[in-house]
Amino acid sequence: MEQIYPKYQKQCKLIKAKPQTVQFILNYSKALHIQKIKGMTIESNLN
Amino acid sequence: MQTQIDDAILVSNYINGDERAIEILINKHNQRLSSYIYSKVLDSAITEDIFQDTFIKVIRTLKRGSYNEEGKFLPWVMRIAHNLIIDHFRKNKRMPKYEGNKEFNIFSVLTDDKLNVEKQLIKEQIDNDLEILIEKLPKDQKEVLKMRIYQDMSFNEIAENTEVSINTALGRMRYALINLRKIIEKNNIVLTN
Repeated sequence: MEQIYPKYQKQCKLIKAKPQTVQFILNYSKALHIQKIKGMTIESNLN
Repeated sequence: MQTQIDDAILVSNYINGDERAIEILINKHNQRLSSYIYSKVLDSAITEDIFQDTFIKVIRTLKRGSYNEEGKFLPWVMRIAHNLIIDHFRKNKRMPKYEGNKEFNIFSVLTDDKLNVEKQLIKEQIDNDLEILIEKLPKDQKEVLKMRIYQDMSFNEIAENTEVSINTALGRMRYALINLRKIIEKNNIVLTN
């Protein structure tokens, strides 16, 4: 029978990013402000 | 199809300032994206890094208004992650990382030529003691020895600077070393590291 399962089981592991990582991304999103003024894009990070 | 519509609404809400929308999007695709990255890099810490960088790119693109909604949010995010995975491997190829294992520790063959803290302290003490001993030498010998050892000057340069012949400079150096040894022996000083 053909081997249909992967050779390396480790590659199929279901994992999730840690809550801290998600929180960091959310904080980054809240802090990031992008404005377009006279054709220029200004990025500011308000921490 | 439902998922794609939901994503499109959430993206649109986020662009319009609803921060909660991005949280829902991240949580919704967290496992799928993380598992995809992990299947390629096989390292949890690197997976977290790439996941984070992916969403930072997503957020910046959405906030800049550069995202073109075609109902393909997840494939777009996966493509960003895929490109970051390629970048990661390219960077690692330029700068390979090696981690030892139980059988072989890389530090058993790689050594740091710096002295350890204890030896460094001993060396400093010896250097200080030596400076005190050098001060006890006659002025002309002390001058030649300092120029040779501390200023790394050649005997030709020492002879020129002290306005003596090269043989006199060599002789002074020789007597300086003989006298230093005598002082060390006389005072029973141990100068070893």
